[in-house]
Amino acid sequence: MKNGKLMVAPAMLWLSIFFVIPLLIVVAVSFAGRTPYGQIIFEFTTDNYLRFLEPLYLQIFADTLIVAVITTVATIIMGYPLAYFIARLPKKWQQPGLILVMIPFWINFLIRSYAWVIILRTQGVVNTLLMKLGLIDQPLQMLYNDAAVMLGMIYALLPFMVLPIYVSIEQLDLRLLEAASDLGASPLTAFRKITLPLTMPGIAAGTILVFISSLGMFVVPDVMGGAKSALIGNLIQNQFLAARDWPFGSALSIVLAVMSLVLIILYYRALQSQEGGKADAKDVA
Amino acid sequence: MQTKFFMKGCDNKKMEEMIRLQGITKKYGNNLIIPNLDLTIYDGEFLTLLGPSGCGKTTLLRMIAGLDTPTTGKIYLDDEDVTNKPPYKRDVNMVFQHYALFPHMTVEENIKFGLMMKKVPAEEQKERVAQVLYLTQLEEFRNRRPQQMSGGQQQRVAIARALVNNPKVLLLDEPLGALDYQLRKNLQLELKNLQRGLGLTFIYVTHDQEEALTMSDRIVVMNKGVIEQDDDPDTIYHYPNTRFVAKFIGESNFFESDNETLVIRPEKLNLCPEYEDEAAEKTHPEPGYYGTVVDVVFYGTIDKVFIRLDNSNQTVVAYQYFDDVKRWSPDERVGIWWYAKDEVRVTR
Repeated sequence: MKNGKLMVAPAMLWLSIFFVIPLLIVVAVSFAGRTPYGQIIFEFTTDNYLRFLEPLYLQIFADTLIVAVITTVATIIMGYPLAYFIARLPKKWQQPGLILVMIPFWINFLIRSYAWVIILRTQGVVNTLLMKLGLIDQPLQMLYNDAAVMLGMIYALLPFMVLPIYVSIEQLDLRLLEAASDLGASPLTAFRKITLPLTMPGIAAGTILVFISSLGMFVVPDVMGGAKSALIGNLIQNQFLAARDWPFGSALSIVLAVMSLVLIILYYRALQSQEGGKADAKDVA
Repeated sequence: MQTKFFMKGCDNKKMEEMIRLQGITKKYGNNLIIPNLDLTIYDGEFLTLLGPSGCGKTTLLRMIAGLDTPTTGKIYLDDEDVTNKPPYKRDVNMVFQHYALFPHMTVEENIKFGLMMKKVPAEEQKERVAQVLYLTQLEEFRNRRPQQMSGGQQQRVAIARALVNNPKVLLLDEPLGALDYQLRKNLQLELKNLQRGLGLTFIYVTHDQEEALTMSDRIVVMNKGVIEQDDDPDTIYHYPNTRFVAKFIGESNFFESDNETLVIRPEKLNLCPEYEDEAAEKTHPEPGYYGTVVDVVFYGTIDKVFIRLDNSNQTVVAYQYFDDVKRWSPDERVGIWWYAKDEVRVTR
């Protein structure tokens, strides 16, 4: 055991230098003050956290939550059928299917966001095509609104939903569905009573991934939402870059991190209560 | 010798047809699994489909359940054509080889599933679940999850889950295959008693000939999708129709002649010394074959004596019980004889 502890020492060191210490700095800064020119003064204050409670910021926070919830729900609705379809393909087609889902990751996310701009802007691909076809006289305003932000978020995060759900569907024992059918369940009922509950862990994992990622997302609102839509990610970015208010930015970051942490803890709790049964099984045997 | 006693144990009941398979064929791609098969199964009988793996017995069972469809042919259940009915509309239930219990439900919820699907009133559900829990001795486990139970207990849940629906036919796909020997023995008896008590039609698939012989009213021996023999266990064992059946069920010795083969079970082979005392009274026919003992293996109740026949490389086996005077040892010369009534002729 002693050797085991030594073995993890480098990893622990690495974690401390690159993860724990920066995090502690952020925590420290979030309780600090600053000069009008943006210099940090180390004095203990909770002002930064209190400022977060101002209506303007609470509004941004609420908007962010709404966008995150909608994104998550939309990726579940779109991702589940896709994952199901891939998992039910013949074995040799599953791998290519998954690669198609993942290919976008090979291209920088910022560039992919600008690609959407090229497609959707007033002189963009879609508008030009529709005008040439004579379907519209005036270009449609498809960018720089909430819908564009939603589109960008769903596009960016869909793979994070598809992959965990795919894994859970792929692992599902098909004989259970045969048994359900044998016991009188129509395909739809079997899906509701067997497939859905047993693939819940996949949905939960995807939800955590998508929800937390969309809470911190700032590229999409920036590029596709224009100046109008600000989410908490943009707010934090602004504090650090434009407003030079590092203490407030740190406080916002901590709030976001704590929220994510709470969600992850809830997720593991739910998972453990499901597997609690399995732990008991060992006692029986 | 071919009299059929299908309904042993319940011969007071009329032989009513329960399932009829008519001209069944099954192809997977270019693979012909079942060339052409007819079979009738009667109400209340314990029928076993017996054969090596890949002989089509499980496919046949799945077709009756509706989980597979025949390429051609018809399936009748209680005089109704169910060939194209999906499994959830057929009044049969299956006990799966690996149980296929729902891991996210308790034992009770697993058992109740079929009743819920059929929208049985809640009161009746409770009653029927309580009944099968009692029948399968699972009452104390009702709130357990399947993963928390042993293989034998899971097996009971699988049977209870199927039985509670009161199906016309219970289909069992090697239900005891995953259990250890002793447990299998016990459950074989339990299953047989259950079937007798309920008077239900059981169709049981196994590759275990011993299991088939002990449990069945009737055995259908299958090989390469073809029925080799369809008889009661006694007839199957003592009067095999084909070489395959004789080989697959129990041990057999084959004595070839020009156009037929004699099959003689090892317990029917009698041994005597090559040269017997002239003075001793002849109590048996002249030995038909002579040979040399190669090996003697002790099996508890019997000795298995392996003998190489003279003038051929063939080895035969004879069971010797210890009430016989002599115990044989290797290299001894031996004469082999049997009674004419114990020989069975097969042509293929």
